[in-house]
Amino acid sequence: MIQTLTSIGTLVIQLVFVLTAAPLAAGMIRTVKARLQSRKGASIWQPSADLIKLFKKEVVRSATSSWVFQATPTVVFVSTLAVALLLPILFKNVPLHWMGDIIAVIYLFGLGRFFLALAALDTGSAFGGLGSSREMSVASIVEPAMMLSIVSVAVTAGSTDLSSIVQARLANPSMTINPSQLLAFAGLYIVTIAETGRIPVDNPDTHLELTMIHEAMILEYSGRDLAILEWAAQLKLFIFLTLLANMFFPVGLASDCSALGVLTAIVLLLAKVLVLGLSVALVESTNAKLRLFRVPELLMVAFILSLLGLILHFIVGA
Amino acid sequence: MVGVLAAGAFAGLLFGSRAGSSENGSSRLPRAAKNLGFASALIASLLGIVLSALVLFSGKSIHLALPATLVLNNLSVDIDPLSAFFLGTISLLSAAVSMYSFGYVNEYLTKRNVGLLVFLFNLFLFSMAGVVVAGNAVPFLILWELMSLTTFFLINYEHENPASRRAAFLYIAMSQIGTAFLIVMFVLFYVYVHSFSFAAIREAAPHIPSAVKTIIFLCALVGFGIKAGIIPLHIWLPEAHPAAPSNVSALMSGVMIKTGIYGMVRVFFDFLGPGPEWWGILVLGLAATSAVLGVLYALTEHDLKRLLAFHSIENIGIILMGVGAALLFSSLGNNLLAALGLAAALFHVVNHALFKGLLFLGAGSVLQATHTRNIEDLGGLIRRMPTTSLFFLVGSVAISALPPLNGFVSEWLTYQALLLGFNIADLPVKIVVPLTVALLALTGALAAACFVKAFGITFLGLPRSRHAEEAHEASRSMLLPMGMLAALCILLGVAPGLLLPAFGTITESLLGVTPEQTFAASVTLNLPVSGAGSIAPGVLAASLLALVVVPVGVGFLIGGKMMKRTAPTWACGLERVAPRTQYTATGFSKPIRMIFSNIYRATHEIEVSEEVSPYFKPRIRYELKTESVFEKYVYVPVLRGVLRFSRAARATQTGHIQTYLAYIFVTLLALLLLIRG
Repeated sequence: MIQTLTSIGTLVIQLVFVLTAAPLAAGMIRTVKARLQSRKGASIWQPSADLIKLFKKEVVRSATSSWVFQATPTVVFVSTLAVALLLPILFKNVPLHWMGDIIAVIYLFGLGRFFLALAALDTGSAFGGLGSSREMSVASIVEPAMMLSIVSVAVTAGSTDLSSIVQARLANPSMTINPSQLLAFAGLYIVTIAETGRIPVDNPDTHLELTMIHEAMILEYSGRDLAILEWAAQLKLFIFLTLLANMFFPVGLASDCSALGVLTAIVLLLAKVLVLGLSVALVESTNAKLRLFRVPELLMVAFILSLLGLILHFIVGA
Repeated sequence: MVGVLAAGAFAGLLFGSRAGSSENGSSRLPRAAKNLGFASALIASLLGIVLSALVLFSGKSIHLALPATLVLNNLSVDIDPLSAFFLGTISLLSAAVSMYSFGYVNEYLTKRNVGLLVFLFNLFLFSMAGVVVAGNAVPFLILWELMSLTTFFLINYEHENPASRRAAFLYIAMSQIGTAFLIVMFVLFYVYVHSFSFAAIREAAPHIPSAVKTIIFLCALVGFGIKAGIIPLHIWLPEAHPAAPSNVSALMSGVMIKTGIYGMVRVFFDFLGPGPEWWGILVLGLAATSAVLGVLYALTEHDLKRLLAFHSIENIGIILMGVGAALLFSSLGNNLLAALGLAAALFHVVNHALFKGLLFLGAGSVLQATHTRNIEDLGGLIRRMPTTSLFFLVGSVAISALPPLNGFVSEWLTYQALLLGFNIADLPVKIVVPLTVALLALTGALAAACFVKAFGITFLGLPRSRHAEEAHEASRSMLLPMGMLAALCILLGVAPGLLLPAFGTITESLLGVTPEQTFAASVTLNLPVSGAGSIAPGVLAASLLALVVVPVGVGFLIGGKMMKRTAPTWACGLERVAPRTQYTATGFSKPIRMIFSNIYRATHEIEVSEEVSPYFKPRIRYELKTESVFEKYVYVPVLRGVLRFSRAARATQTGHIQTYLAYIFVTLLALLLLIRG
């Protein structure tokens, strides 16, 4: 009984934490970017305030669209949030970790992307089609790189189970500075930038530019639908940063529900995400967006890095 | 029970042929032929399902010796777990397709010879079922040929269309080459075993010298590979599947090509047993090539049925990844991992039959409603055909291997089987496995892109032609079987545990290992190997549903009741969004065509007519061609060589009877000398 309660408690804490922290992390990256561009920038609470505002606004739906357009925000949000049930975010051992491994995580993101790309085609707008086509093209070259980088982490743990990966890394933290793992980290970092639609692959701040990808897909969304989609995008960014942080540096994860443990975990995770977020902001401020047909080259780099990491793992045996 | 199954198929055949002979009579006869024919096909399929379930879940094989005839003795029907599994898969899909055909074939009633269609359909079902239960090489080959012939005629059903004729002849030519290899294979077996019976081959096969085994392996790979449609032996497939009537396409794509997989599994695992490592690596290489190229070619297709046909090549690739992994691991002596790979492959066999059958039936309904297969002329069908759209969407999500549907579970198993190979200390494995895994990931993502295109352009947005505008929902008798297939896709997605014991039975009979109880009944898909990940697709689906509370609840808490309004799509300043301004399927796949331009070698041609001013173009013509590398660089040269040889051989054909008599005399003399010496 107590065990069930702790399990539920663990899940609830993790979900609530992710839901609140995600808009904050997005706000933080925006603030850092503003500072790097010598602007004052908005408060880091701005994205959260935007969400609240959008939730209160009226939804305008296209007359051309169908139930696919209506259902998509929920599908995207739910499939992203489900990852938070599988991933050790604050706790070493997530109660429902047996529900899905890292491969399931990749395909859950795929489910959200599939519906978002469909919804973009649903309104009949040319912008939607443009975003949808580009998103699916970029995704198809991201996927192999992502799979390989994740495999090179998984082989060190001998499992694709996320909690096992984290625990194996905790037992042997020096593994992270192995050349093979550094390469895998670099590969996964590039994948994160591509998957979450940051510069140099996509520009999250653009709106109505011919170069946009993610924004083009959600162009016809408004009000509460848009709020849910924006929130889902922030969740995805946060989850990817957490994935990078916790798979490679799983320090400070809580092993139980004690207040002290959870608090330490929260502080440490926020610190790790802050560092990674800083680096993302730095990359975004110092790079120009790539031409669409240059993106495959960048992702090829990620693929090669991960493949090298894997081969190195077998040769050096570490 | 076998008798009933055969009798059912034959009853349909009889009625079919009788009605076929009286084709120009009143319209009552074809209708009766249709109803009786498909009803008997349906009953036979249902019996087939029961029969295969009995064998699979009891684990007891059925052996039925047939009375010897003058030319053939030792005839038997053998239903071991492997046969039962394929029989079940075939029966499952043919039950749904038979039901669908009641409504679908109505269109042909007044136009074509329905009796013939029914006759061929039943014969086709009978031959497929026969192929997987035959216990002797001779009837196996006869049924195999019967299967090729019935499908040849079915592809040629709309024979006034030159494309259909070309497709049918290409198909029969490739099939014959395949059968030639199979005959060589069985003759080689006979030389060492002195019997055509499968049981005898199974017993004596370990004593066959390894060089001969390799030749047998290659013969089986080519012979069955042609039927399965692996690249580069696939060229008949994208032509043949679209040409046949849609109900037949569903069967060809869903189950007929799987008889090739059945043959491979039978020969590789049941007869030959573990071979050298390169067998598995070769199969994995072919598998990865088929998967990636199949989906890449599918992406450039606008013909809905051709697109689905290319996806069959892709899925055969995915299935063969499991088979290849199993071969590789069994050659290294790790039978448990081999069993996992084989289970993954077989699981994908049944999953692909379900969703590909569903998608082809959906394409058939779209074709019937709009009279076009070109998706560039479709659009907006979700409003006109809501139920068909829903079922097609289920199929699309399943084939894109997205959770929580069945395609995801079998691809996940394939990933796990491959990844667990890392535990084997063997260098080739460690190089081949990650590459295969990466290519499987690429395939999955490209398949998702392709089905966003296929579903999005066909069913969403605005209709692009009058045909699409005037479309109407399919009849209820066509929707029902599609609904059943969709439900099965979901059921196997959330409760894969239902089928897993069956795979245990099969791997036990072939490899002597069963992935133990942990693999079976429970909600979680735990693998019996330490370090394997786990998934619980049912629980995952439930939690996805439960999490819906979050966005809905938060929305309600913050914003109260949702206000909504409908408005036209923003048209960038134009008056309204017109169908012409929508994205096209060609436009959708453009980035991928650019990225993989080395593979496509596409040539396009743009022709702009400028009349008034360069800014207002009355007409733009755009033509795109992708090169089929294999046809150009493999088949055409071979064909040219064959033609050159025939031309040379023509010199011997003088047309004078004296010359031929001389030939006969010389041959006779040579034979006599040979026998004496």
